[in-house]
Amino acid sequence: MFILTILTFSLSFFFPGEHLANISGQINATPEQLELVALEYGKHESVLYQYWYYLNHLFQGNLGVSMNSQLPVADEIMSHLPATIELTLVALFIAMIAGIPIGFIAAIRHRKKTDNLILSFSMIGYSIPVFWLALLAILVFSIQLGWLPSAGQISLVYEIEQVTGILFIDILISDTPYKWQAFNNATTHIILPACVIALAPATIFVRLARTAMLSVLDSHYIKAAMAKGLNTRQIVFRHAIRNAMVNVIRDVGLQFANLVTLAMVTEVIFNWPGIGNWLIQSIYQRDYTAIQGGLLALSSFIFIVHILTDFIYASLNPLARGSKHAS
Amino acid sequence: MATNFANLRFYRWLSSLVLVLIAGCDSQGTASLSENSVIYCSEGTPAILNPQLETSGVTIDATAKQLYNQLIAFDPKDNSIAPSLAKSWHVTKDNKKITFYLRQNVFFHQTEYFTPTRPLNADDVLFSFNRILDRTQVFHYVSGGKYPFFQSVGFAELIESIERINDHTIRFTLKRADSSFLANLATDFAVILSKEYGEQLIKTNELEKLDTQPIGTGPFKLKEYRAGSYLRLMPHDNYWATPSSLKQLIYDITPSNTGRLTKLLAGECDVIAYPIAHQKITENPLLTLESVTAMNIGYLGFNTTKPPFNDKRVRRAIAHAINKPAILNTIYKGDSAAEPAVSILPPSSWAYNDNVDTIDYSIDKAKDLLEQAGIGSDLTLNLWAMPVQRSYNPDAVTMAKLIQADLKKVGISVKIVTYNWQEFLRRLALGEHDAVLLGWSADHPDPDNFFSPLLSCASAETGNNRTFWCNETFDDLLQSSLDTTDMNARREYYRQALNIVADEMPLFPIAHSKRFQAKKHNLKGNILRSYGGISFEGVEKH
Repeated sequence: MFILTILTFSLSFFFPGEHLANISGQINATPEQLELVALEYGKHESVLYQYWYYLNHLFQGNLGVSMNSQLPVADEIMSHLPATIELTLVALFIAMIAGIPIGFIAAIRHRKKTDNLILSFSMIGYSIPVFWLALLAILVFSIQLGWLPSAGQISLVYEIEQVTGILFIDILISDTPYKWQAFNNATTHIILPACVIALAPATIFVRLARTAMLSVLDSHYIKAAMAKGLNTRQIVFRHAIRNAMVNVIRDVGLQFANLVTLAMVTEVIFNWPGIGNWLIQSIYQRDYTAIQGGLLALSSFIFIVHILTDFIYASLNPLARGSKHAS
Repeated sequence: MATNFANLRFYRWLSSLVLVLIAGCDSQGTASLSENSVIYCSEGTPAILNPQLETSGVTIDATAKQLYNQLIAFDPKDNSIAPSLAKSWHVTKDNKKITFYLRQNVFFHQTEYFTPTRPLNADDVLFSFNRILDRTQVFHYVSGGKYPFFQSVGFAELIESIERINDHTIRFTLKRADSSFLANLATDFAVILSKEYGEQLIKTNELEKLDTQPIGTGPFKLKEYRAGSYLRLMPHDNYWATPSSLKQLIYDITPSNTGRLTKLLAGECDVIAYPIAHQKITENPLLTLESVTAMNIGYLGFNTTKPPFNDKRVRRAIAHAINKPAILNTIYKGDSAAEPAVSILPPSSWAYNDNVDTIDYSIDKAKDLLEQAGIGSDLTLNLWAMPVQRSYNPDAVTMAKLIQADLKKVGISVKIVTYNWQEFLRRLALGEHDAVLLGWSADHPDPDNFFSPLLSCASAETGNNRTFWCNETFDDLLQSSLDTTDMNARREYYRQALNIVADEMPLFPIAHSKRFQAKKHNLKGNILRSYGGISFEGVEKH
């Protein structure tokens, strides 16, 4: 986190243009206003002090104003980040419910045809570039078949007030008479981008789940269960799945960074109003304040998710908890 | 044991949830909202929501005929002048006094931010025109204080006075006769605003809201506007003519032309502006491709204040070097979408004259002229290509590349410059360009609308004359033509004016094109107009 703030702070020096304008986003300020901003950011003091002032601003949630829209960057991030979270969560969910069971099946059918087939498909799936897949999906499902919409989060027909930013929740708490229509519409909008994002992580989950399941199946307690005369079905459902799951969960967090990267690209193609789309627009428009703020927010978000998954892993796996106490 | 069942139950619950989501709840019974809403996928973000202040097609399309009305309007059938807010008018014999009789019981929009207490009267008309003319009016300098259309036609110099005769009668007195005056009042720019709303904004000290949260008398009212993303309009229930049967009209701002096509094919838009892949659209049984012969001109304009482009020989040389037929074939897809421009006037204009000097494609002549002008082989031209699609130029960047290749043959290297639209216009007004690919769509049928806004001296100062070319003889000819109502005399003046332009070559006319639009079959009504912006009045969805 510390390194991250140093990085974004130094970016404002490296970007072309005036450092003060880069960090605060005040490009059209009068000299008096500029002087005020200079004071606020400790312009007249040493770089260390300036960094300290910058940190102070960060802790107050002040990321400056966007050079383009002149709106506070923090507000813009808060209005775009939830859409990304929503998309990545749905994608993660799809990746998990598709990837993990398939991985388990591959493990159970270890070294058989099914296993090979699943493994080769997951390899192909992992190798497909996401932007190409996205375009292909639009071509097939939106243009040729006309089943699913190609852009946006919901049809503009529906007026949903942004409260939480997570559209599905906003729809449910809104007072529109067309709640279910809107809900449906939002669902059809999320399917395509979420599936596109989910493909690569799903293939990773396939392999993770397969490895985890194989190691569990190889363990002594499974052998003991077999010796007791339980059939495969009983062994898998009663003993193997939960134990294998624990190992998969640990890696879900690691996949999140990957997922967000994929989401950023996908958002642009599907015109999803998330942080990735916003950040890439900002990069196009050389909106330095927005780039700094966006990078910081996105990295902190991934950081927080990593910590959270570690906690979830710990709560699921008694061994992880135990080892902490032991060490 | 319990955990295993929990697992199973979890998956079962999950699959049922997915089923519910996919199957949806169509059985709700209520009519679908989208059945009565029209989504128009437009090509750009309006900078402001008041056509008095802008001539850009994006703003006009979004506001002029949706949010507002003018005193008079062009009849879409024969382009004659028809009543609108004024139910009738009277012109004195000397053409100097024009009296308008306003319609009774015309109501302004009622919105979350304004509730009108009285119908339209002469005060509102006075307020709207004084905003443009009267420098002491509070709103005159709000939102920039520039009224490009009115400045380009010399509106302030033309009007002697505007008087309110009674509540529903208003009289314009002109300093001199002007044969294009009525046509100018019928354009999209001469909208009528609410004085009462203006007074409310003065009280709350939010003057700029007059142009960003507009109140008008038009068939639709503003609900919500998010720049760069969408514009949501609602029908105006108390509209003086037939109120719209739509529930909503939404402008989905989609600058990418493939994006608009995709949205149309995927059913996310009902209408799209400036479609590409015309064949794909005509092949689709659910879609129709419409076009209207637009009165427009796409041109290459030179910045005549910048050396060496202030030398007409250099301008003519460049014009000689450009292969116009190739551009027409590539950019306008041949004859169906455009015709080559001989002069700035399209053939359908009554003042059109093909007896005008033209520039032929000849590399030798170009080289000769460049040599005469003393230009070596190191001339670099910063060619600005507009970033948006317009009917008069559907793809300026590609056109710029073609010109780049053409000019390479005569030893001129071209640098193509483009910015986002708002920035582009701003820098263009500052004169940072050497040459620019731009165009003009006429606002009314009077030929003056091609000359004055594009090439007059007045327009060079404030308006759309981005060549900054100013020629007194030319301006005098335009003026003489406006002073008379004799059609033959006017024709002759315009012929002479066209010849001056052809000789001086401040701009090189490229093409007159049709304006296209694609829409779903179930949308009934005429949206495209030959003049000015689109109109959703009377559009229905079945």
